[in-house]
Amino acid sequence: MSDIKITIIDREGEAHVIDAPTDMNMNLMEVIRSYELAPEGTIGICGGMAMCASCQCYMLSHEHLLPEKSYEEEDMLDQAFFVEDNSRLGCQIFIKKELNGLELKIAPEST
Amino acid sequence: MIKTDILIIGAGPTGLFTVFEAGLLKLKCHLIDALPQPGGQCSEIYPKKPIYDIPGFPEVLAGDLVKNLMEQAKPFNPGFTLGDRAETLDKQDDGSFIVTTSRGIKHHAPIVVIAGGLGSFEPRKPPIADIANFEDKGVEYIIKDPEVYRDKRVVIAGGGDSALDWSIFLADVAKEVSLVHRRKDFRGALDSVEKVEELSKIGKINLITEAEVVDLQGDDKLNAVVIRHKGQASDEEIKETDHFIPLFGLSPKLGPIGDWGLEIEKNAIKVDNSYDYQTNIPGVYAIGDVNTYPGKLKLILCGFHEAAIMCQSAYQKINPDKKYVMKYTTVSGIDGFDGSRKEAKREVVKSIN
Repeated sequence: MSDIKITIIDREGEAHVIDAPTDMNMNLMEVIRSYELAPEGTIGICGGMAMCASCQCYMLSHEHLLPEKSYEEEDMLDQAFFVEDNSRLGCQIFIKKELNGLELKIAPEST
Repeated sequence: MIKTDILIIGAGPTGLFTVFEAGLLKLKCHLIDALPQPGGQCSEIYPKKPIYDIPGFPEVLAGDLVKNLMEQAKPFNPGFTLGDRAETLDKQDDGSFIVTTSRGIKHHAPIVVIAGGLGSFEPRKPPIADIANFEDKGVEYIIKDPEVYRDKRVVIAGGGDSALDWSIFLADVAKEVSLVHRRKDFRGALDSVEKVEELSKIGKINLITEAEVVDLQGDDKLNAVVIRHKGQASDEEIKETDHFIPLFGLSPKLGPIGDWGLEIEKNAIKVDNSYDYQTNIPGVYAIGDVNTYPGKLKLILCGFHEAAIMCQSAYQKINPDKKYVMKYTTVSGIDGFDGSRKEAKREVVKSIN
């Protein structure tokens, strides 16, 4: 087993503790979609290229263990709405064992 | 009125390939797309990015794929209505359809194919209360005619290329230009960033960074925006202005198609995948990323497959009495509507004496 536990708070405020695989090259956006924690068409719209910000999440823990933001991610967050200091694009954060116990909240859908 | 056999909504890869498949069956196509150029997401979002799962292309740039699809569709003279959004679908007494765009252009066809991908690209609207009430009353998300702003006061928000470029352009047109951006860093082309900096130093652009427009004021039209500095509600200023132009890029929305009476599930259109990708409205098909069915994969290659199947069904609908069998292009060649013909070279038969 190479799963880790992640707590995801959905847009309605409900917390879900889920298992995420570390061996499938998956990112947070894909994990959220696979558990259908946000409706299809409202998350991961660009497919994970850091080009739409529909997978914006607020990271509530493990901030020091997250990868640095790339130029593309910074650029996209610059144009996004509801951005906070702990905002990240879920598609840019890959599931790794160090992230076991991670907590995050999905940002509101922007219109 | 534009008349065609198959009206395709969406000029992305799936829509473009439909032109080719329809052309083999001697059916003419016309495409409508909200973007000003064909190619859909491939052109708008990631033209310079590689795709690795197009069969036969180990690697192809999205922009090049579109170029090739346009080339492949060319002999079949597709018509285009670009930069215009399909707004309404009206079924006629004879079972055909009239689709009207937001500019009022009418398109008449017996078959409508929705190849709309994620929907039409529309400007992203900042989450400001009441902003909808000020639309076209001082708030514009797209600059259609810069002359509207001559000798007016304008506040632009955003930190990307379009915010920078329009600030530079309007600096010479408007009476006053303010550019509001959440951060100090701008991510546009270096030239544009430097130009804005220069114009700001000589007072032609009023640069307001680490700030956000959080509220709008006015009775029947906009007369001021509320700008919050550094996220502090205690640090707000009211800035009088005639126009507020938020420029935060584009995002795809299903849009008016969602109101056409089609069965929608998970923000996509349900189709009959056991047969021909027809929707619940006979004569209206949905193919590519815009449709859904059990096991659906949003891949370009799946859109191509769906286009080929759908065209066979459309042919039967348009020609109910004609018999037809699918032909291989290698065997029968391609006869373009432009008079061109492509065919495999004939074997040379020559006896050796």
